Formats: sequence, C-alpha cells, structure tokens
Amino acid sequence: MSTPTEIYTDVQLAVGRSFEQVRRARNLGIIYLILAGVAAWVFTGHQGSATFNLDGGRSFGVAATPLAWIVAGTLAVLGGIQLARGLGRWQSAALAAAAVVFVFSLLAWAAAPRSFAFVGMLSQSITFSTPLIFGALAGIMCERSGVVNIAIEGMLLNGAFTSALVGSVTTFWVGVVAAMITSALFAWLLAWLAIRFKVDQVIIGFFINFFVAGLTAFLDNRVLSSNPGYNGVDTLKPLKVPLLHKIPILGPVLFTQTIFVYTAFALVAFLAWAFRSTRWGLRTRAVGEHPKAADTLGVNVNRMRYRNVIAAGAIAGFGGSWFTANVGRFREDITDGRGFIALAVVIVGRWSPVGALSGALVFGFFDALKDKLGFLKTGIPGEFIGMTPYIATIVVVAGFAGRTRAPKASGQPYESQ
Amino acid sequence: MTAAIAPQSQAPDDHLHESPWIHRLSSLRLTSLAVLTALVLGAFIVALSDIDKVKHGDIGGMLTTVKDSYVALAKGAFGSWRGWSETITAATPLMFAGIAVALGFKAGLFNIGATGQMLAGGMAAVWVGFRFDLPAPIHVTLALLAAIIVGGAFGGIVGLLKARTGAHEVITTIMLNYVAAGLALWLLKTSEFQRPGRGDPVSKDIHTSAKLPSLFGFLDRSTLEIRAHTGFLLALAAVVLFWWLMKRSKLGFEFRTFGANADAARYAGMNPGRLTIGAMFMAGAFAGLAGGSEILGGVTQNHATTGLAGNVGFDAIAVALLGRSSPWGTAAAALLFGALKAGGDQMQVDTGVPVDLVLVIRALIVLFVAAPALTRIIWRLKDKGTEGGTPLFRGWGS
Amino acid sequence: MELELRGITKRFPGVVANDDVNLTVRGGEVLALVGENGAGKSTLMNILYGLYKADEGEILVDGQPVKFTSPHDAIAAGIGMVHQHFMLVPVFTVTENVVLGVEPTTSFGRIDIGSARTRVAELSREFGLHLDPDAMTEDLAVGIQQRIEIVKVLFRDAKIVVFDEPTAVLTPQEIEDFFRIVETLTAAGCGVVFITHKLKEAIRIADRIVVLRRGKTVGEADPKTATQEALAEMMVGRPVDLEVDKAPPQLGDVTLRVAHLTVTDANGRAHVSDVSFEVRAGEIVGIAGIQGNGQSELVETLVGLHRAAAGTVALNGEDITTATPRARHRLGIAHIPEDRQRDGMVKDFTITENLALTSYYAPPLSHGINMQWDTARSEAERLVEAYDIRTPSTETSTGKLSGGNQQKVIVARELSRNVHLAIASQPTRGVDVGSIEYIHERLVDLRDKGVAVLVVSTELDEVMALSDRVLVMFGGRLVANLNRADTDHNDVGLYMAGAKGDFMPGDAPGDATPGERAS
Repeated sequence: MSTPTEIYTDVQLAVGRSFEQVRRARNLGIIYLILAGVAAWVFTGHQGSATFNLDGGRSFGVAATPLAWIVAGTLAVLGGIQLARGLGRWQSAALAAAAVVFVFSLLAWAAAPRSFAFVGMLSQSITFSTPLIFGALAGIMCERSGVVNIAIEGMLLNGAFTSALVGSVTTFWVGVVAAMITSALFAWLLAWLAIRFKVDQVIIGFFINFFVAGLTAFLDNRVLSSNPGYNGVDTLKPLKVPLLHKIPILGPVLFTQTIFVYTAFALVAFLAWAFRSTRWGLRTRAVGEHPKAADTLGVNVNRMRYRNVIAAGAIAGFGGSWFTANVGRFREDITDGRGFIALAVVIVGRWSPVGALSGALVFGFFDALKDKLGFLKTGIPGEFIGMTPYIATIVVVAGFAGRTRAPKASGQPYESQ
Repeated sequence: MTAAIAPQSQAPDDHLHESPWIHRLSSLRLTSLAVLTALVLGAFIVALSDIDKVKHGDIGGMLTTVKDSYVALAKGAFGSWRGWSETITAATPLMFAGIAVALGFKAGLFNIGATGQMLAGGMAAVWVGFRFDLPAPIHVTLALLAAIIVGGAFGGIVGLLKARTGAHEVITTIMLNYVAAGLALWLLKTSEFQRPGRGDPVSKDIHTSAKLPSLFGFLDRSTLEIRAHTGFLLALAAVVLFWWLMKRSKLGFEFRTFGANADAARYAGMNPGRLTIGAMFMAGAFAGLAGGSEILGGVTQNHATTGLAGNVGFDAIAVALLGRSSPWGTAAAALLFGALKAGGDQMQVDTGVPVDLVLVIRALIVLFVAAPALTRIIWRLKDKGTEGGTPLFRGWGS
Repeated sequence: MELELRGITKRFPGVVANDDVNLTVRGGEVLALVGENGAGKSTLMNILYGLYKADEGEILVDGQPVKFTSPHDAIAAGIGMVHQHFMLVPVFTVTENVVLGVEPTTSFGRIDIGSARTRVAELSREFGLHLDPDAMTEDLAVGIQQRIEIVKVLFRDAKIVVFDEPTAVLTPQEIEDFFRIVETLTAAGCGVVFITHKLKEAIRIADRIVVLRRGKTVGEADPKTATQEALAEMMVGRPVDLEVDKAPPQLGDVTLRVAHLTVTDANGRAHVSDVSFEVRAGEIVGIAGIQGNGQSELVETLVGLHRAAAGTVALNGEDITTATPRARHRLGIAHIPEDRQRDGMVKDFTITENLALTSYYAPPLSHGINMQWDTARSEAERLVEAYDIRTPSTETSTGKLSGGNQQKVIVARELSRNVHLAIASQPTRGVDVGSIEYIHERLVDLRDKGVAVLVVSTELDEVMALSDRVLVMFGGRLVANLNRADTDHNDVGLYMAGAKGDFMPGDAPGDATPGERAS
C-alpha cells in the first residue's frame, strides 16, 4: 500500500528540463564555443615550440600551433555536445578539464618559441594562494555557523601588522601567536556585537576593516617608520619534505614550500573532515542552517557561533602573518584586498573547505601567470591577464548562482525568545 | 472583540504614539555621542602612540600632543577659508559616492563597487574633457553626462548580472573594482589617453572649457589654495534629487519596497529585474559623478591617474552607514568625513601625527552609530531606542 | 512520570500571554490543550520546554520543583516537543536530524553514525513509522518529516511528549495514522500533551481537555460529555456561530476560465498538472487540499507570479496566460496572498504605504512619476475606518499591528478596488476569531455584489463554510469539482487524501476512513 505522500512524490516526476536548466546548459555550451574560438584564432598565432622548464634542468617542448588546433577542436566538440544534449553528470569534470587544456594552450602560445619556468610558476601559484586559503577558511568557519564575515581583510591585515611588530621585538613565532590572538579578539568583537547587540554583521565587518586599515597605517607611519627595529622579521625559508620533495614536478611544487603552505593544506583536510564527521561539524552546520532547530535540541546556538567566529579570527590572524613572513616586513595595506578575494573564494568554493582550496589555487595561479606573462611579451597587455581571475570569478558566480547553497541563517542574528 | 492578544503584538500603545520628533532628537544625541566617543578613543591612540613620551611616562606631554593634534585638525577643517574649502573639496566626492551606496541600500543592494564606478565615470569625463573642443557650458555638461552614463553602465552591469543570473552584487562589485582598475591602467597607457612624452599612466589634461568653475572664485581668482569647486553644488543637488526620488517619486517607492521586502515587491507587480538594474545604474551614475567632479573640478590636477578614485568608494560605505542611507544623513556624514579629512591633512603637516588617524576615528564613528547600545553603555543612558530595522545583508541567496 | 505546571505567568510588552495557568499531565494519558490563536498555548509550551522563562510560577516533575533554563534541561527531565513548524535542518539526513544535540561520539568528537542509524531504524520499526535513516530530510513529504520529529523525541527517551498543532499539515487519513502513533506512545507509558484549536480532534483523542482563553485556564472538560459548541463557547468567551450565513448565489457569466494548466518549478517538476475549472461571477469557489498539493503554485500562476508551462488562463474571455501581475491587477484581479508577512505587506512601511502597495502606480495615488501621498493618506484614513483596522494612526508601522489587523490591511487594500475576481489564499491563517468572522463576511459581501471569488484554504472547515462549489487538489491535480450542497466533510476529506476520484485508483489507502466524527 502506498501512502498518499508516496503517490504525490511519484506524480512529481520531471516533465522535462525546466527553462532555467535549458538556459544554463545553453550558456555553458556557448562558453565552450567561445573558448574554442579563442584557441583557434589567437593561440595558433605563434610558430615554433614552447619549452616548459621543469625542475633540475629538465624540460619538455610543445608545438604551440598544433596543440592549439587540437584544443580548439576538443572544446568545439564539447560545446557541441553540451548544446545538443548536455554532458549530464560529466558536466563539471568536462568543464574543469577544458579549463586546464585551454590554459595549457595559452601558456604554449605565450611562451613559443621561447622557454619559461613552468614548475616555478606552479610553485608560485601555491605560494600566492596561501593567504587566500586561510582567509577563505576563516570566512567558511564563520558563515557555516551563521555569521557573515566581511572582515576577513581586516583580520588578515591585523595578522600581518601584529606579527611584524611583535615578531620584530620578540621572535617570529611569538609574533604569529600574537597575530592569532589579536585577530581572534577582533573576531570576538564581531561575534559579541552581532550576538549580544544584534548589530548588523556587515557593518561590524566593515568597521573592523576600516579600523584595522586606519590603525595599522597610522602606527606604521607614526611608530614603525621611525623605529625600524619594530618592523623586520626573517623571511621564511621553504622546508623540503623528506623524500617527497624529490618527486619530479610535484616535489618542487608541493613539497618544497613554507610551513604556511603545509598548515593551509592540513587545515583544509582537517576542516573538511570535521564538518562532515564530528559533533562540532554537525552542530555548526545546524546552527548555520536552522538555528532554532538546534536551539530546541539543546544546542547553545550563540556559544557555537562565538567559538567558531573566534577560531576563524585566529585562522585569519595566522594567514595574515604570511604576508609579513613573505617579504620580511609590514607595509601599509600589505594585504591589498586579498581578504575580499578570499570572500569571493568562499562563495565560489560553495562554503566548503575543499572548494575554497580549489578557488584559492585558481586565483594563485592567475597571480603567478600575470607575473610570468609580463616577461614573455605576448602582446596581451598585462592588465588584461591581471583582470582574468576577477572576470572569471564573475563568470563562475553568475554561472553557479542559482545552484549554490549558502548557509541559510548566514547573517541573521538569533534570539531564542 | 477583535483586540488581539497574540504575543507577537509586542508593541505597547504608548510606543505607537511616540512622536517622531522625540525619536529624532534622541537619535541626534546618540550620533553626537558616537562622534564624541570616537574622538576620545582617537585621542587615546594619539597619546599612546607617542612612543618617546610613553617611554618616559610623560603624561603631560602626551596630553599636549593630543591637544595640538585636535586643534590642528579643527583648524584644518574650519579655521580658515582654505580649511572650509578643503572640507568641501573632500566632502564632494563622498557625497556623490555616499548616495551611490545609500541608494543601493535603500533598494536592498550592497554596492561595494563605488570605487570602480567612480573610476569609470572619471575616465569618461577626462576623455570628453581632453578629446573635444566645445564652448564651456556645453563641454562641461557633456563631460558630466559621460561620467553619469559610463559610471551608470558600470553599475548597471552589476544589476544586469544579478537580475539575469542571481550573481550576488557583493562579489560582482568587488571584482568589478579590480576590473575597472585594470581597464583604467590599460587605457592610460594607450596613445589615446596617455600624455605625450610620459611613460607612466597619466592622461592628457582636460581643456579649460571642461572645467567646473571654482566655488569661491569670487574671493580671489589667483589663490590656488582654494580648491573647492562647483561640483559641491551639484553634490547638494544630488542630495535633493535623492531625497525626491526616495520620498516623492513612484520609482523611489518601488526601490524602497523592493529593498525592504523583495517578495512583496514582486507580489505588488513591480519588476524585480528592472528595479535591480535601475537601482544599480543610478547608483553607478552617482558614483560616476563623483569621479567626474573630481576630474572636472580640478582636484586631480585636471588629469586622470589610476588613483583618481582613491579610497572614496570604501569611505562612501562608511558615509552611507553613518547617514543611515537617508539623504540628509548621507550629506551630513559626507561633510563630517570631509572635515575630518581636511583637518587630518593639516594635522599631519602641523604636528606630524599621520592623517590615517582620521580613518580610525571614522571607523569608530561608524561602529558607535551602528551599535547605539554600546554608546548607551559607555554614557550610561537609559532611553530605549529602536534598534535593528531591515538588515543590510539578506543572505547570499538571490 | 507526572508533570505539573503551577501558577505560570508570562508577560510580553503590552500583553499577558499566560496568567496563572495550572496544568497536570501524567504518564499514559492524553491531555488536550485547546484555545484559539493567541490564547497563549504556544507560549505556555515554550516555557515548559525551557525556551521562555516564566515571570511567575513553577514547574514540578513528580512533585519536585525543577528549573528549565534551556531546552537542554527540559530534554534531560524527559520532556520532548514536536513543534508546529518542524525543527528540522533540511540539508541533514534523517539520522543527522535525530541525533543533533545528543550525538553518540567516539574519539575526537567523531559521531558514531552507525550506531545512531541502527537506533533510528529500531525506533522507526517499533512505532511503525517507516523511516529511512539515510534519506535527505528536504526530499521527504511533510507527513514523513513529522515522523522524524517523533523519532527525535523517542531517541531522547522522552516521558512527556508535547505536540503543538500536529494535525495542521495532515490529511484526515494521516491524522488517523497520527492518532494511532499517539496511542502507541501512551501504551508505552508516555504522557502526551496535544495542543490544538480543532475541537473535534481534541474530543476524539484526549482523556482530558483544558481550555485556554487570553492566557488563562478557563475550564476543563471531559471529552466523553463535551460538545464542540460548548468547547467553542469556552474558548472564545461567547456563543460562536460556526456557520457563515449566506443567501443562495446569483450566478453570472464565467469570470475565470482555467484550461489544462500545468505549472513546473525550476527543476522541471510539475506542481500543477492539467488543471481546468471555471469561476462564475457571484459565486465562491473553494479549493480544498492538504498543504503542498499545488494550491500555492496554482494561485501564483493565476496572479502572474509564476509562468505556466502549459494551458491557458482567461479572465472575462480575455486570454491572460502570459500577462504580467501588473496587467492582471489592472484587469481587476485582487489577491490576498497566503503568507501575508512574506508577500502581502512590508513590515517597516506605514499603513498608508502598505495600503498603496498594489495600486500606487496609477492615479489617484500617483501622477506621472510622482507619488500623491496626501491622497494616499486620506484614502488610507477612509479604509482604516471602513475596514475596522485597529491602529493609532495611518502612519504607524504595519509590523506593529496584530496579525488580525495586518490581515485587514491587506483585505482592505485588495477588496476595496473595483474587482472582477478576488483570489484569497489562506485568508484567515493565524487570525483571531473576531477577524475571521469579519473577513468571511467581506468575502460573502463581495460575492453578493457579483464578484467571482476563489478561496484557497487548507482549513477544510473554512472551505466548507464559505464555498458554493468545492474543488479539491491532490498531487497537483484537480480531483474533485463538487457542489457544496451535494457533499460533506467526509467526502471532501477522502478526495483530499487521494482516496477518491479519478486519481490513480487502486493506490488509495483503504483502511483509514475518518468515520462519523469527521463530519
């Protein structure tokens, strides 16, 4: 015997794809065709083969023009399939693969007929993505528990400043701990004002950003600039992971990095596991999605939020000290809007640690690419390469907007009565 | 019999009858106290960052430093014609851009992109300014129109993206700020824009016919130090226009409905897509005017650089927050921030205390205005204000 | 276990929600707590559950006073609650929702999901709930979601279970299933508190009935002897006329004609399938059905908020299938939306602004690009008077009014115009009895003036009281089109459950008939 509800579910079987789905599939197909066009028109323009330098003097060559034709053909076929009947469950994988071959073809075109440091660029991508990973994780920790964190930028900047100041006076790692503590204090302020007084979370976030930007610039000009002893730490040297660093390509890219990079990867793995499998993860998700349900089950909603937001602050503080460690000193506005990019990475990565990692790596890659293409005299103005990740973010956010799912209660204060 | 006794009808009757004037007075008092609190905290920061005196425990000396700084700040903002002029000069783009953000808030959109829109408007104005030769009133009008249209288009893209795909404006506006910066940098290196003989990104100068007249031109035409320009009058006109739009016009009613409750707007037959695009276009147009008036008013020495928007776009968010997105509030906040900026510059010159102090004070003002409860605790006030209201952020959904 | 509430008083600003309430419930019995909307039932239960703190009075468990400062304490004391609005995280599995707050963990705070799943399956089997522990909650129908709530309570070893309006979302047949679950619970020794405003259900299942009015306990009744009329009078404080007086309809021409209408959502799922019906001038057509059977989507499509996938909608012979909401408004369609807080009004707006919300776009409320606020204000004053909206002024924020008065603002706005078709969706949801009677009268007035009226309600009583003709929706289809005179509650209830009509015959649940009590 079927219950009425089962019957109901049966009649709701799809009557076909909705307008929305059809439109999205069509847009995606058009994107493939545009990329194919670019590959065919532009990337076939340089004769000769590009030499990709790997580590240890090794290298390989790629004939730019034939590669471009192959890539263009592949993309055109994918676009055709997408337009004709959709790629179904292969959609995401195909898109990712298409992006990789497209970029590879771009590199070959840009480099031909010269050579360029391929592995160096990949390694640099990871370096550049590190602060974004920390920033995005700080955002995810907050948002998953229902607090919007627009203040990632301020927390990163505070981390950079505090680690420079305290690290100069004491030792580097004491500085990092101080950075984590002070950024956690700002995070506490965010949580306290948002929870205790229900101040709009976006306003508090901007307050923290403005305040930290102003205060660090003020102190930099008033104190640090006239006291160089307060602003100078050793830059961090890469640590080679025993054995693993000898793997070709992967070794120098992944296993010859600073402790910040290893920490970032470990934290992503830990949080991905913790969100899914632990009591803390389950409760955090519940509090961010449906705080009232959590409350009625005896979960202390606001305590969860305090804890997560403060932990997020510590993560951002740690990430912020990367900026100082990277160049050895603090300067005004050293974070240069990376906290806002991290916010975008949170959304592009769909509020998941692994997604944020991927997003951050893409941004890091384009940062590194901008540096490299600058040397390669391709004829593309560097400004356009510089814009690529931002435009790509817009495209991704526009393409996925309807399908992403933000934590429902994000940004809303919770009050049990 | 119909008297409801549901617990959700929490409002006691006396509250319903409360006069709006009492409410406004108490809100004004809170705002003043917020400014005062921020200045006091700023004083602490100035005193404690005077490292040498702190080391010697010279409290008297620290107090002198604070006094000197704030006196210089006040003088720089209001102490002379030049002070007033600088205040007005700094307030002008903040007023335009503040409206750009406030209008977004009213329509439920968080416009972080005033920087990019301003840059777009400024680039358009400078191009019209150096490219054409026209009689003065026409030339300046056309340049302003170009700023409105290009700035508006830059904002409109955000609206279009949101209306068509649901892409959240917080992300798209941040990204478009970077895109605008990249485009401006590229344009300024093209032969069309770049000043002949220069390798750095600097545009040609606008023609004199494209300049906005000086505001205090009647005082002494040779005094270069009086920078205030008639763009300020346009900014005031923009405030009045914004007021009319929100309080008197049909479109403003639609914006407000959409901003307060998008579902109700749809229910009432309003077109959410058109309103989103319209609001973002208008916001972009106001921000574009901020860029245009900076260029045409001569604040940027009659040419464009990539830094022409400066931090105005972000400061405008603080302006709109402080002014609670109301027309007069935004105007007052822009003037206050302009005064702080002008005074801060003078303070740096006179006492060596960095102008960045002003950023800290601004941030604190925004905090204490947004969190009246905090101000009440500090000043031990008892009155109950009306907190909350429509939140600025309504989640990441579209 | 015995639970006692003694002298509970709770005040909200301007209102005493509970006033010296006394209540006892023992293991193995069902106590029904009845009262109309706003009588203080939910407040009382939230105090019991530790969500609110009582201003006065105490709670005793087995004679010992206890203090509940959070739901945690109440749960620990053996009290479980099934809320009216389910407290389920949509993106969680059944098991995750059940264990939230009492997660069995192994090392490092890792959840032992395996043992939890086993326990959920056991409880589900024991109480006949048929739950898949791994199903995603948002994919389940409302009736199934309620069972997750029951397992949540059982998982926590509750001895007293409170159900807050549990039958509002169920079919008459599901309600019988639900009553059987309640009986299983009492047989297992649990005490049950059953909060409802549906008197016949209280009489059907309760061992004792306690009536709340304006926050006070006004009496206790024995379900064996109590009648609905007597209980209703206790509840409201005066004799209540449960019927709506109306003359026979004077039928005019066909105003609304819906033909083969199909509506799909963004995922391509059909919520309305091939629906055809007509509404004539001068009649009230009621659409009955359990929530979520396509009524909301149907109404949204009729007013232009949703695109039709197939079929046509015509008003007075004119095809309006693709017309915008504004165009339909101009043609004389009025719409009272089902969720007034979400769609029907802007809380922060004044009453004047809310009264202008749907006709602001044309004279006399606006002229060219300018609003005419003076005209709007005098018009608002007139409507506040005419529709008995209790407010200090037209410039008061609408959010500060009571639910009934908010609804009257919407009714005034929609029905004061010259309309041909009035669509009222859940017109009296969450509204006090006085306002219910008032709103019903206005709808009947409208009908008598020759307007076509379409009433959509999940309250079968409301549909039966108002309608001249009754349509029933089930699973997105129209399964019945009946003359009010030729049908009764029992009959319509069977259609609502999909047990009757041309809808997938043979799949009907056979043994769950509501019986005589349902009439």
